[in-house]
Amino acid sequence: MEHETLGQIFIITVLSSNFVLAMFLGLCPFLGVSGKLETAVPMGIATSFVMLVASLCSYALNELLTRFDLEFLRLIAYIAVIASAVQLVEMVMKKFSPALFRALGIYLPLITTNCAVLGVALFQTARGYDFGQSVAFSLGGGVGFSLALILMAGVRERLNLSNLPGVMHGTALSLMLAGLLSLAFMGFGGIGVAR
Amino acid sequence: MNGEQPIHVVPPVNSLRMVRTLMLVTSLCGGLIVAVWQLTQPAIAANKKVVLERSVRALIPNAAQIVEYDASTRGVTPGKGDPADGAVRFYAAYDRHGQLEAIAAEGAARGYTDTVRVLYGYRRACECIFGIRVTQMKETPGIGDKIITDPVFLKNFESLDVSLTPDMRSLFNTVKTVKHGTKQFGWEIDAIAGATITSKAVGRGINDSAQRLLPLLVPNLEAISQKGGMQ
Amino acid sequence: MSSQPLQASNMEQLLEGIWKQNPVFVMALGMCPALAVTVSAFNALGMGLATTFVLICSCTLISMLRRFIPREVRIATYIVIIATFVTLVDYIIQAVSLALYEALGAFIQLIVVNCIILGRAEAHAAKNPPLSAMVNALGMGIGFTIGLFALGSVREILGAGKLFGLSLFGEHFQPWVVMVLPPGGFFVLGLWLLFFAWLAKRKEAQHGA
Repeated sequence: MEHETLGQIFIITVLSSNFVLAMFLGLCPFLGVSGKLETAVPMGIATSFVMLVASLCSYALNELLTRFDLEFLRLIAYIAVIASAVQLVEMVMKKFSPALFRALGIYLPLITTNCAVLGVALFQTARGYDFGQSVAFSLGGGVGFSLALILMAGVRERLNLSNLPGVMHGTALSLMLAGLLSLAFMGFGGIGVAR
Repeated sequence: MNGEQPIHVVPPVNSLRMVRTLMLVTSLCGGLIVAVWQLTQPAIAANKKVVLERSVRALIPNAAQIVEYDASTRGVTPGKGDPADGAVRFYAAYDRHGQLEAIAAEGAARGYTDTVRVLYGYRRACECIFGIRVTQMKETPGIGDKIITDPVFLKNFESLDVSLTPDMRSLFNTVKTVKHGTKQFGWEIDAIAGATITSKAVGRGINDSAQRLLPLLVPNLEAISQKGGMQ
Repeated sequence: MSSQPLQASNMEQLLEGIWKQNPVFVMALGMCPALAVTVSAFNALGMGLATTFVLICSCTLISMLRRFIPREVRIATYIVIIATFVTLVDYIIQAVSLALYEALGAFIQLIVVNCIILGRAEAHAAKNPPLSAMVNALGMGIGFTIGLFALGSVREILGAGKLFGLSLFGEHFQPWVVMVLPPGGFFVLGLWLLFFAWLAKRKEAQHGA
């Protein structure tokens, strides 16, 4: 595989292969927490942070497992590391920034089962990214996730004011909206790819 | 917090029992994984070999035997496991008489949606690539996936110039994808109109792989020109 | 439900997962794999069967161990057990069909975080005997597979004019390419959910009349 620059990886992961809208990762929180902007923003920040931590941990872990030829334990190791990372982030935040903890507290445990976080770890391994590339990938993933969440929340806030047929309320409508957003993001295809 | 999220609660009581249970469960799971891993490894390896041989045969029809090698600065070594850092994996196809027929190797580059992987065939006699086969891609159906079927595009690869510089350090000319209808030289690829990004990915993948592989491979071709010459 | 021994017949349990509480259409769970891999009916079936296997094995094992697992570490234990079976499925699929493995990619390993499995383990398997847990998991698994198949077949028929790779409409059919692209996944699932919401609404209205 040719070498991709960090900037390329970041831009591609944010826009043309957005975690939520193109790779379908992290749909549960995307549909669940995108009702209001004021919850979407902290959720995006918390998830991005955990993604970064998970990416760093799983990079180190993968190096270790590969060295000892224990690749078959990779999945279990990753999921354990992510659960502990979430826990760690929670404790650190509680100690040093109680205000932030109160703002994000309820979302943190949810992040353990967010497939976008495990997705970062698995995809960076599958694509054989080195350390810098992994960091760029996880940052891009986090920013892309937040971007999709915030856009969706903005649209849904407006939609609450409009008149809709009864059956349309709920998940079905959110999925249609996500489809339209995804269609729009497809327009970014090819951005950041070397010429 | 503690009511609905018991994973976070680790009270000191009963911790011996918890540790014991976790140990038991993990050792059970570990045993299961190792057992299935041992059982499935031969089948997985055989599967991969079948898929690879099918692709190489499609490219080089009279290949009777296909051998994996790694080319690195230390010369050409039999390919086992994942190639080491700096080594490039390639496949040598031998005909019925054990003579080297052609070389196949894989190039990869990011296309419109995901990685595009291409297997290409190389012959020393013409110093050219004589065919390609797309092994993996998720490009847009009807647009990007024309790289598999479009006859005009595939004609680019019937004789693509990848000759080396006299000192054999790099390709004489960079393999390059150019805008549809502007191909002038033997080392240029005429892009498919409307699918330029995917076409360029094919070109970049081949160029990247050939630039690394050929300078390592060509000086050592003698050593593998006959089947069994290496072993 | 939790304390009383299982009275409802196994058949009812099975049907609950397949129809009344269908994980995809009614509960809208496990949507990441549901959308990501359903570009064709074949992939959808493969993913559905893999998930069903993990669901049945892990729920049965969890149910057998339910008296030994201390409450405090139960989620951790469940995750380890689920991750084990997912790893097994990953290797088995590689051994059976490399083509399927490449089509599903990292989404096989992402079965670990599929909320259906942890949800079933916590809500049912942890409180019921192995047989009941197995039947319940089987029902949910079949329901999930049917859901994925409904998505995958619609997307393949409209997006490629094929089903299981067989051409359906002849060469004059212009495929709706968008259906096999990511937006199509959202649209088709949205339409299915709409259809089921409409069914429920109509039933409600009939009962009211």
